Amino acid sequence: MGTREQRLAAIRKSFPDEALVAEVPGGDLQTFRVDRKVLVDLARHLKDDPDLDFKLLLDVCGVDYPERAERFESVYHLSSLTHGHRIRLKVPMPADAPVVPSVYPVWRSADWFEREAFDLMGILFSGHPNLKRILCHPAFQGHALRKDYDPGQRWLLREGEQDEPVWARAVQEDEDHFETQVLNLGPSHPASHGTLRTVVRLDGEVITQAETEIGYLHRCFEKMAESHTWNQVIPYTDRLNYCSSMMNGVGYALAVEKLLGVEAPPRAQSIRIILSELSRVMDHIVDIGANLNDIGAMTPFLYMYEAREELYTVLEACCGSRLTMSYVRVGGVSHDVPADFGEGVRFILKRVPQLVADMERLITENRIFRQRTEGVGKLSSEDAIDWGWTGPCLRACGVPFDVRKSYPYMGYDQLDFKVPIAHGGDTFARYLVRVEEIKQSLRIVEQALEAMPPGPIIISDHNVALPAKEKVYTEMESLIWHFKLVMEGMKVPAGEVYGFTEAANGELGYYIVSDGSGKPYRIKVRPPCFAIFQAYPHMLKGHMIPDAVAILGSLNVIAGELDR
Amino acid sequence: MNTPDVVVCDAKPLRFLQRFYLIEVFKGLAVTLRHFLGNLFARKYTVTVEWPEVKREYSERLRGRHILLTRDDGSPRCVACYMCETACPAECIYIEAEEDPSSTVEWEKRPRVFTIDLLRCVYCGFCVDACPKEAIIMSRTHEMAFVTRGEAIVGLPELLQKGPVAKLDLGYRPYFGAPRSHISLPVPVRSVAPEIAEGSPVGR
Ligand code: SF4
Ligand code: SF4
Repeated sequence: MGTREQRLAAIRKSFPDEALVAEVPGGDLQTFRVDRKVLVDLARHLKDDPDLDFKLLLDVCGVDYPERAERFESVYHLSSLTHGHRIRLKVPMPADAPVVPSVYPVWRSADWFEREAFDLMGILFSGHPNLKRILCHPAFQGHALRKDYDPGQRWLLREGEQDEPVWARAVQEDEDHFETQVLNLGPSHPASHGTLRTVVRLDGEVITQAETEIGYLHRCFEKMAESHTWNQVIPYTDRLNYCSSMMNGVGYALAVEKLLGVEAPPRAQSIRIILSELSRVMDHIVDIGANLNDIGAMTPFLYMYEAREELYTVLEACCGSRLTMSYVRVGGVSHDVPADFGEGVRFILKRVPQLVADMERLITENRIFRQRTEGVGKLSSEDAIDWGWTGPCLRACGVPFDVRKSYPYMGYDQLDFKVPIAHGGDTFARYLVRVEEIKQSLRIVEQALEAMPPGPIIISDHNVALPAKEKVYTEMESLIWHFKLVMEGMKVPAGEVYGFTEAANGELGYYIVSDGSGKPYRIKVRPPCFAIFQAYPHMLKGHMIPDAVAILGSLNVIAGELDR
Repeated sequence: MNTPDVVVCDAKPLRFLQRFYLIEVFKGLAVTLRHFLGNLFARKYTVTVEWPEVKREYSERLRGRHILLTRDDGSPRCVACYMCETACPAECIYIEAEEDPSSTVEWEKRPRVFTIDLLRCVYCGFCVDACPKEAIIMSRTHEMAFVTRGEAIVGLPELLQKGPVAKLDLGYRPYFGAPRSHISLPVPVRSVAPEIAEGSPVGR
């Protein structure tokens, strides 16, 4: 990991002009303010220079500052997998010409992220091959995340205005002069897991062209967050990846804590780790079970759901809810775990491996399953990084990148676990990686449970966390703090931070901008499956419809997180 | 970046015997038969329940339908301080305050209107956390069905506690000292008396 000076020097080699590329001092990540004229050149340099080697574009988003002369800002988060360093680029642009060149030619992962910034913020990315709305309906007017957009407006969206790829209307013939067929997979299809629509062109049974439409579950979480206090956002984060909602809350709380400069007490960290890893197990269980179910193996699905039910019992006893946990608070967790938490978790540690073993006996060496999945949806490691993949899907392409190992948080570096990788890059490899990850997660849980320290579960800073109830009932001062915190919300110092954690699908990032008030100025979620899913239509080419179903299941696309 | 500890789980080629269907089929059948017989006779780990005759037991932290607690004289404990309304992320609580005529001190408030839109509510429990009077708590009632949206907006008559606290099916509420929730695994169930099951909308 080089220093800031080394990185700056490596950039200055080709971009000596301070006016074009300027370093912004301070911040959680090294930040550069870039003139839009040189953005693409700089992007290429950042990607190709061996000292910089930023192969992974994590996120592109827009931020609106109406009071500034250059009103919009397009923000890029980059990561280098070889050096482990990260930077942020900011490209300001004036209100009357919110145009920046697209970086899609450099990193393909910019594809959907730029479309999203266009859709929600109205930033035009010149040179983008397919710049149209992605989360909102094509007939939607305005850009929801602009500060002057009134969320109370209603649009009437009529039939006949749906999104339809241009190529789908053109008649094409195969070599025998038969018209090829255009088919809709979804939005309501049992195998689409959430509402996703994929339009494919079929030549015989083979998919020759595909395009996906998402956004059916879009509720503009980011806009809603701007009108709520920092703690009120937590129930909203539960609804991102609802198969493992605990981890979204943890990621969010860690990002806000980073900005506040506080850290949760050790017992809270330990609880967060245990419940996060149990959620990861649950998420993988759902994904594997659903993927198997889609391609015709019903039995393991039911066995895995048995494990999931038991996991839910433990989570519900801690959090008070099975799916939408709302358990994490900024600065800790809301309650201590029940007295018999250890026994419950130990039961899980015994039971889940038995069920996973049974599933493995049925599936892993099953000839039919392997013929259905080996070589299906294969992606090379270069392509996967180019598409911005992270998490189990990237690890199945042979890249050992795991945020828990590379940038340890919450004390993951104290725990002994391994990062599972596979080299196949196909649906079967993704299955294998997930199965191994379940086992590794259970190892983590076991260690964290042994080492769980006693102590408080939330920090005692009354500017951040609600005081304990018995104090509120009896002490005047605590009641005043309680009142202030509930009525005004906590004040987070002005600044920005990119907090990232390893969620079940990959790197879950929260880019948070605060203006020092009681409400977030901007929250941008970097959902892992958004980056993963944008490669899907490209992966389909040459495959058949049943393969499309198998690939979709193995990518673990969760619409709540995809559409936000 | 230092390469982390990895465990490589690449696909292993199928062994000669695994290439035959029959042997593998019988191995698979052995697994499913074990589960089948286990479920049939032992039912030790069965997680499915015959709802609604049998119901699943949830922990005492379950966030279900709200209850407004009352004082000993039956008046609401709520002092209409608007804290829960402010804390609610779903904006589903609506309160109108009035002066409490029975109060011994001047300007004591009480709610004239207190409604919760149960369809908007996200059951996050923030209202319970916010209340300084332990006036609003949650029960474990989570099976709620409404015919119209208007029915889901419940007011004081529906929300106020009925009967002594000990008889209520208490869920999420403030607690002190030792955590009250408990985990019972395998998945706990409780049998519902047949007449209750028949009286429920599903049984009918
Ligand atoms: S549980 Fe949450 S959403 Fe429901 S009324 Fe209470 S604060 Fe509002
Ligand atoms: S917070 Fe409690 S006392 Fe205040 S209005 Fe709500 S229920 Fe009543």
